Amino acid sequence: MTPPDGTPPDGKAPAGTPSEGTSSAGRGANGGTFDEHGSAANGVGELVGGDGNGLRPGRRHDAFGAGGSGDTSGFGRLVAPAPVLAASERPFGDPDADAVYDALERVFPQLGDAVERAVVDRGELTLHVRREGLPALAQTLRDDPGLRFELLSSLSGVDYPDDATGRRLHSVVHLTSMTYRRRLRLEVSVADADPTLPSLTSVWPTADWHEREAYDLFGIVYTGHPGLTRIMMPDDWIGHPQRKDYPLGGIPVDYKGATVPPPDERRSYS
Amino acid sequence: MTPSSTSTPHTSTAQPTDGTAQPTDGSSAYEAGFTESASGRVYTVTGGDWEEILGAGEQDAERIVVNMGPQHPSTHGVLRIVLEIEGETVTETRLVIGYLHTGIEKSCEYRTWTQAVTFLTRADYLSPLYNEAAYCLSVEKLLGITDDIPERATVIRVLVMELQRIASHLVWLATGGMELGATTAMIFGFREREKVLDLLELITGLRMNHAFIRPGGLAQDLPDGAERAIREFLADMPKRIREYHRLLTGQPIWKARMVDVNVLDAAGCIALGVTGPVLRAAGLAWDLRKTMPYCGYETYEFDVPTALEADSFARYLVRLEEMGESLKIVEQCLDRLRPGPVMVADKKIAWPAQLSIGADGMGNSLAYIRSIMGTSMEALIHHFKLVTEGFRVPPGQVYTQIESPRGELGYHVVSDGGTRPFRVHVRDPSFVNLQAVPALTEGGQVADVIVGVASVDPVLGGVDR
Repeated sequence: MTPPDGTPPDGKAPAGTPSEGTSSAGRGANGGTFDEHGSAANGVGELVGGDGNGLRPGRRHDAFGAGGSGDTSGFGRLVAPAPVLAASERPFGDPDADAVYDALERVFPQLGDAVERAVVDRGELTLHVRREGLPALAQTLRDDPGLRFELLSSLSGVDYPDDATGRRLHSVVHLTSMTYRRRLRLEVSVADADPTLPSLTSVWPTADWHEREAYDLFGIVYTGHPGLTRIMMPDDWIGHPQRKDYPLGGIPVDYKGATVPPPDERRSYS
Repeated sequence: MTPSSTSTPHTSTAQPTDGTAQPTDGSSAYEAGFTESASGRVYTVTGGDWEEILGAGEQDAERIVVNMGPQHPSTHGVLRIVLEIEGETVTETRLVIGYLHTGIEKSCEYRTWTQAVTFLTRADYLSPLYNEAAYCLSVEKLLGITDDIPERATVIRVLVMELQRIASHLVWLATGGMELGATTAMIFGFREREKVLDLLELITGLRMNHAFIRPGGLAQDLPDGAERAIREFLADMPKRIREYHRLLTGQPIWKARMVDVNVLDAAGCIALGVTGPVLRAAGLAWDLRKTMPYCGYETYEFDVPTALEADSFARYLVRLEEMGESLKIVEQCLDRLRPGPVMVADKKIAWPAQLSIGADGMGNSLAYIRSIMGTSMEALIHHFKLVTEGFRVPPGQVYTQIESPRGELGYHVVSDGGTRPFRVHVRDPSFVNLQAVPALTEGGQVADVIVGVASVDPVLGGVDR
């Protein structure tokens, strides 16, 4: 609580505390009626509510009062959005990716049904897998002598709230073939309304804790998991903290007379 | 094999009791009863009959559930272990984690790509430079500038990483030794680790949580005198490693506690995702520096120590050998150091600030500030934009894995094309390796649980993130 401007920084500082306390108490008592009268009488409420940026009169949010990106230079609009690679054409042109895909096509006839699309980006092969086809595909990837993805390196959730298919929750698995020294990424996406997909624990037992973490932080439900409970957050926690619509939290911090807002309320350039 | 503690919250076999258990001999509820047994007369506690209250059979009479941690000196931080024991034998081990969950991955999504380093370096606090390196390699791969990183920056990255591997293994030796009561090992380990931390402080400015490796290169170059100090350390350290061998390798108590204890073979390791020294001690020479090289590791000469016994003692030997191999790599790094830049040449990515030592410590170089403030408005704008807004990273996702002291450290980084990471996931080796603790300890003795946890070398900062 910073004192109002003009308060003499002298010996009266202790006296300021009780007076401030009474004045704020008075504001609290009268504030409600003032707001009701104000919004009803002169339409201040409509002004506040009608502002698309959520700006309130008398309060500056950005350096020049701009909303949205906060980019006041105008050059921000010149940045061309780089599209995300949707699908790659065969052959991929990457020897490892082609070898994996060829081997899969040979031994896994239902590949077309199981895999929605394949993407090779920055030398990494991603198979976007339908959840129904995941268990059989995983078993083949682990056991086939031409594939031999023995090690499940990592499993992580990612939340894409704007996913075009409506399946915002993605479960991303990174496999490592120690025999052939290759890597492969499997990505399964599910909708928030039906966030279930088969567990991989029966194929790779190490998926156990990874899946618990993805369940805890993203709310992805792995059916067939031996004990899908929270692992990071307390058992009685409500919500899944790493979803994009879950707030980061934090409080504003006073520093040398200025207020630093919490990180998720600061200006964003993205 | 039950690989982990995933079962639903523990339900003991105790019957729900409302305290009205009736004494069987018809006497008063508060009178001690007794039964005759093979080992003599056994008195039952007043207020009820334990056998009835517990509803347990004869074989479960010794069954006890013991809670270790989260505040326990031998759990490496805030690991909680729930042990089910019969006598001295552990029948079930369950691990509870999350006490150090600080939301580092989430926090990264609200800072720029460069600022995320400062968070991630605090994940696995005994190997912060590995976190920085793995994250920066991911960002560089997303940016497509992997081949543009200056040679000197890569060599110094390898140099500080290998120094840190020694420090990390020394902490393992120190804490692991302390848990077994070998306080000399503790003193020795922390003594030499302090020397490595002094070197890292000289190079990066901080003992831990360095934020030294940045996307595009390094925060700064090696200071004057660093090379000489590292060479002095290189000359001294082999003697110290021999000292550890003399102190511990043949020591009967050390061996009695570790040989043939907590065995996990290679197949079990891979099924449970265990990598690093634990896997190599089971006989599989899987070291990402050799098998999937990064940072030019394929050009360095070093061996991958392995053992076949797959027990705690083998893990100890492998870690000790690895320290010697790291010394070899550090020496080669010093020989390769050539003058040059330590940050990528692309001014749209390279961190613009220049640091120098002033009267009150390290800070912005006054000469640099003077030059951008006084002579080049464009440079000033550029500096301001890069520091406040940061650079943009083309959309996509990558997974980068490096060999940390504890095993495969992987970073799954997703970009949506903005100035902040869309998602950063840390595949921390401690998190995965801890899943093996039930397999290591069940069927053994309670005292071996301590050895088992220590032999995995978990760092809870990395486990919980």
